[in-house]
Amino acid sequence: MERVILIKYGELTTKKGNRNFFVRTLYENIKHKLKDCHVTISKDISRMYIEFEESELSKVLDGINHVFGIHMYHVAYKIPTDLETMKEEIVKILKREKFKTFKVETKRSDKNFPVKTLEMNPLLGSHILKNINDIKVDVHNPDILVRLEIRENYSYFYIQYYYGLGGYPVGTQPRGMLMLSGGIDSPVAGFLALKRGIKIEAVYFEALPHTSLEARNKVMELSKKLVNYTDEIKLHVVPFTKIQETIYKEVPSNYCITIMRRMMYRIMEQLARKRKAFAIINGESIGQVASQTLTSMYVINQVTNMPVIRPVACLDKLEIIDIAKKIDTYDISILPYEDCCTIFVPKHPVINPNLEDAIKFEKKFNFEKLIEETVDQTQVISITDQKTCDYQELL
Amino acid sequence: MIYLDYSATTPVVPEVLETFCKTTKNYIGNPNSLHKLGMESRHLMDTATQQVADLFGVKKEEIIFTSSASEANNTALLGVVESYPKRNKKIVTTKLEHSSVLETVSYLEKKGYEVGYVKILKNGQVDLDDLQRLLKEDPVLVSIGWINSEVGIIQDMKAITNLVKQYPKTLLHVDGTQIVGKVPITLDGIDLFSCSAHKFFGLKGIGCLIKKEKVELEPLIHGGKSQTIYRSGTPALALIVSFAKALRLALTDLDQKYHYVQKLNQFLKEELKKHSYIVINSDDTCSPYIISISIPNIKPETMLHALDEKEVYISTKTACAKDTSRSLTLETLQKAKEITTSSLRISLSYITTEEELQQFLKILKECYHALNLRKEEY
Repeated sequence: MERVILIKYGELTTKKGNRNFFVRTLYENIKHKLKDCHVTISKDISRMYIEFEESELSKVLDGINHVFGIHMYHVAYKIPTDLETMKEEIVKILKREKFKTFKVETKRSDKNFPVKTLEMNPLLGSHILKNINDIKVDVHNPDILVRLEIRENYSYFYIQYYYGLGGYPVGTQPRGMLMLSGGIDSPVAGFLALKRGIKIEAVYFEALPHTSLEARNKVMELSKKLVNYTDEIKLHVVPFTKIQETIYKEVPSNYCITIMRRMMYRIMEQLARKRKAFAIINGESIGQVASQTLTSMYVINQVTNMPVIRPVACLDKLEIIDIAKKIDTYDISILPYEDCCTIFVPKHPVINPNLEDAIKFEKKFNFEKLIEETVDQTQVISITDQKTCDYQELL
Repeated sequence: MIYLDYSATTPVVPEVLETFCKTTKNYIGNPNSLHKLGMESRHLMDTATQQVADLFGVKKEEIIFTSSASEANNTALLGVVESYPKRNKKIVTTKLEHSSVLETVSYLEKKGYEVGYVKILKNGQVDLDDLQRLLKEDPVLVSIGWINSEVGIIQDMKAITNLVKQYPKTLLHVDGTQIVGKVPITLDGIDLFSCSAHKFFGLKGIGCLIKKEKVELEPLIHGGKSQTIYRSGTPALALIVSFAKALRLALTDLDQKYHYVQKLNQFLKEELKKHSYIVINSDDTCSPYIISISIPNIKPETMLHALDEKEVYISTKTACAKDTSRSLTLETLQKAKEITTSSLRISLSYITTEEELQQFLKILKECYHALNLRKEEY
């Protein structure tokens, strides 16, 4: 019996006029993730159908589990729409399952089908009861829910359901720039931004030789984990050494972090404008460190009008770690390499900075020029979800 | 030359050797150095290790490269017993194992461990009832080879893993040296797994121990971070990369290669059966890559040397066994003395041809008659 994957859209269905755009984006994203599988994908107003080869099922499901915008999906049996065939096949499949109670739910999209929905449920139910021993109907809390969607030509029968990632298809929102440091929080922030359909580009502030190449490698590895949920992430590597050293020299040590974050936001905004992005995304979580108190956020945020999205702002560290483990970034994040936020850390960073003071300290050096240079020297590395091997010849 | 000793070692495929040479030349950095050259080496090593992990269906962190399967076996056995000092000082294995398992087990016996040898059924299979009896004593470790190297008996690993799984205080080590690159496998339910590249057309000097994440292991060679903390020494980058390549090539079209060797095996057995003086010790359930035979009238070393003169290369039992007078495997299978003292091992590969086998059969026959005749003259 041929099986197909039946995808339900969930939140997408609330998008009235834009629905086609959302469904089309989802379709393209699924098609991209499954391009190495032998599948045929078709879509209609409420469902997407994926015909696949049985040997590739786990590969296909793995692909689907990395696409946002899927609320729920089923691995359904495709049966010719014919009453007797359907009855016979459904019993045959159910005989393989272990259950004591069941309930039948039928949906009849094919209004030409002779049996009406309300008649179909008892008809199928009694046929199942007659052919399988020791089972009962339980409409409230059944062990398995037997579902049949009757359509023209072919109908779909399924008992299992799986939850997809939810959210919106990546690409249904414009670009956003993610500050990716190598810690635990920022990859999670990136994941959550992708979940709302934002196409992210990552920005890494590098302070060679104070930070190591291994730290950059770590950020690349994190980007590779995130790119599993989209098709490409451009990683902008910002040479931050000069700015950081200048801050360290010119600014009182307790304000170093505040000023550094203000410089980062300014650079983020410029990169965003260059890349036609509409938001800055980062992994700030309220109160976690000195630069993430509300007063710090207020003072730092003054340098830009661009929306700053902080997906994990209100999550506890443990909640963030849970997500990091789920998306497989945790083990990479905890690798012990210095990044630009952990070097030059003063003993007592200011917890409640003052905006006037911050502005005053910044006047001590020509940061506009430094920022311009830094943005100009920023390198871009493209990270894609292609499983190409860097060492094709060797391996 | 007719080489029929692939279970002792295989020739290296040119692409693998090329990988070794190129890596040696182009990646001079120590993977643990912090500079750019070191990082390039580390990245290559990580990618190669990931490839090996993917091919085995395990995690990258579960791969420990060693110098050989023997080292992998030693590390597994000695490392586990040291890591679990509070568990029962009992080890279970079989008499069909490679010497690197049997000798290590004997060593542990001297150190006070009790060793239980599982009964082997006449067909070579582990007696599962007897294994269960031994498992009830919660041994710290069970070590069973997947394919016996001398006769080619394939153990029913699914049944064994299902059984060992029920005993949470017992770990299962499987010596997979003779199965990798020959038969498709899954490592589900196996805690530790050993293999070696030179058995699947890779280079000598590199083996691998797979240690599942939850298993604790005390290293044999201390010295901190290397490729893993479980085996110190500067990572042998070129060997590691060549291992990954050899494994990928070995697993490509594995089913086709297997069926091809199976055909060769059937052909060879049919032909051998035509000679009444030859006893075939490997039955049809054995690995098609290995055929053990006995020629009761003739000392196996004599036959080996006679064949050697004609540039035909096979083994008397396994190349590694210490005591050469009789075959422990065949003894375990309760074969008669004239069988256990006269065994020869012919081992095949996907590069063996039927012509080679025809030629081999012809020479074997000639040698037999030559040797047998001499014997009658005395």
